[in-house]
Amino acid sequence: MDWILLLEWAIKSLVLIFTLLIGFGYLTYYERRFLARLQSRLGPNRAGPFGLMQWMADAVKLIFKEELTPKSAYKLVFFLAPVVTMVPSIVIAGVIPWGPPVTLFGREINQYIADVNVGVIYLMSIASIAVYGIVLAGWSSNNKYAMMGGLRSTAQMISYELTLGLAMIVAILLGNSMSLVDIVEAQRNGWFFLVQPVGAAIFWVATIAEVNRHPFDMPEAEQEIVAGYHTEYSGMKFALFFMAEYQKMIVVSAILATLFFGGYLGPGVDQFPWLGPIYMFAKLVVLLGIMIWVRASWPRIRYDRLMAFGWKVLLPLALAVVFITAAGILMAQDVNPWLMWLTPILSLVAGWIAVLTVNRAIRRKSYA
Amino acid sequence: MLRELGRGLWTTFKMVIEGPVTTQYPEEKRPVRPRFRGRHVLNRYENGLEKCIGCSLCAAACPADAIFVESSENTDEKRFSPGERYASTYEINMLRCIYCGFCEDACPTEAIVLGDNYELSFTDRHDAIYTKELLLQPVASPDMTTPRKVEPGMYTRSVPEMKNPSD
Repeated sequence: MDWILLLEWAIKSLVLIFTLLIGFGYLTYYERRFLARLQSRLGPNRAGPFGLMQWMADAVKLIFKEELTPKSAYKLVFFLAPVVTMVPSIVIAGVIPWGPPVTLFGREINQYIADVNVGVIYLMSIASIAVYGIVLAGWSSNNKYAMMGGLRSTAQMISYELTLGLAMIVAILLGNSMSLVDIVEAQRNGWFFLVQPVGAAIFWVATIAEVNRHPFDMPEAEQEIVAGYHTEYSGMKFALFFMAEYQKMIVVSAILATLFFGGYLGPGVDQFPWLGPIYMFAKLVVLLGIMIWVRASWPRIRYDRLMAFGWKVLLPLALAVVFITAAGILMAQDVNPWLMWLTPILSLVAGWIAVLTVNRAIRRKSYA
Repeated sequence: MLRELGRGLWTTFKMVIEGPVTTQYPEEKRPVRPRFRGRHVLNRYENGLEKCIGCSLCAAACPADAIFVESSENTDEKRFSPGERYASTYEINMLRCIYCGFCEDACPTEAIVLGDNYELSFTDRHDAIYTKELLLQPVASPDMTTPRKVEPGMYTRSVPEMKNPSD
């Protein structure tokens, strides 16, 4: 292992970290502008041209704000919790490829930090660590609302992580590998979204629950529990939670794009490898835009319904979809490759049954 | 379920198509309504004489007790307004004023009118007291300033001929 390789890794890591940090800033800008448009407003347009410097103004404000630590808080954990939330949201991006290999300064450079051969498991495990930060923040604040937020977050994440994992298994099965690079390369003939649209939809719903976004933002539901787990946080510690949330948004959208929407693949990406990051960016913008759009449109669902939806609808559906995918792959291998097209049809049927189930449950007056 | 969710998405997306309704306030100001009650203006006649005759009816009508009027005698050597008297002091405390427009209704000469200026801000309580100089309409030409010397016996009627308001 020569020093140039180490340098390459260091530079790539720095690029990734700064991309995520600045991406966080512009994601807040994007969210505020697009959300404003969805609500017939203009959004921030004062700081800098078109308000592009708004995030910087926000950051300066947050840095100079007074930080309060509650008297009865558990100081060490209270201090560590934002860090524990923040770090995984950056670390998780390490295995996501953002482009095909490029030649730079006479060296072939892969556009990812690490091609872990169990990349998907890495994603799952790092994503789970972030929950600790939220739970510990809620617990160490010594505040009942924060505690409730933390507990809700635990329950919600555990429930939806199973679904998330099952939806990832769909992509693993279709890609025949756990490495994210291999999964992307396996989508050259067609995005997995086309083969398994229901799997992609399940994954998307589960990620929204995982990053605590609307309509699943129970851990920080303002109307119910003040601000949830970060009620007692102010200044830069709060900003770290905020950053973690938005970076997780970017990262899960990147994972969704990688697993089901062909990652960096797009027309002409083999001739011009630098198109890879651009395609990735475009897909991220669209997926994040949908997340923001959903936030503006849908009401927050009740907590028990959230759990019921996760356990009674999404999890069985995810299991069914995994089964259908596996069966489809087996049949395509052994009987006839055309049988692969049974997978999307059958999974759409399964998805339709799930929708009908939900409809029936909504119509019933005494919904438990 | 899907239909309702789709309808929710469509509702917000319609707003994107319709575009924002924001008025970019400091750069772009919406015109006020005809009967808008903004900052007061003390009007003048076309010849430049002040309409206010210092009768203090506005001060009496004011429910917030925001107006203070002191009147003095007009002479033909130093004439401010037609008739016997004029307002030598006219102050409105804009922090007390509730912009009800009763002063406007009470005024017998249509001297005080609530104008269309709503950009009132002060950094000091004393700045909130608008004096006569601030409230009085500026004159059209320099020879129309008050006080001025006029021919005797020309302006004896203090309350003008009035007609019904049009708006």
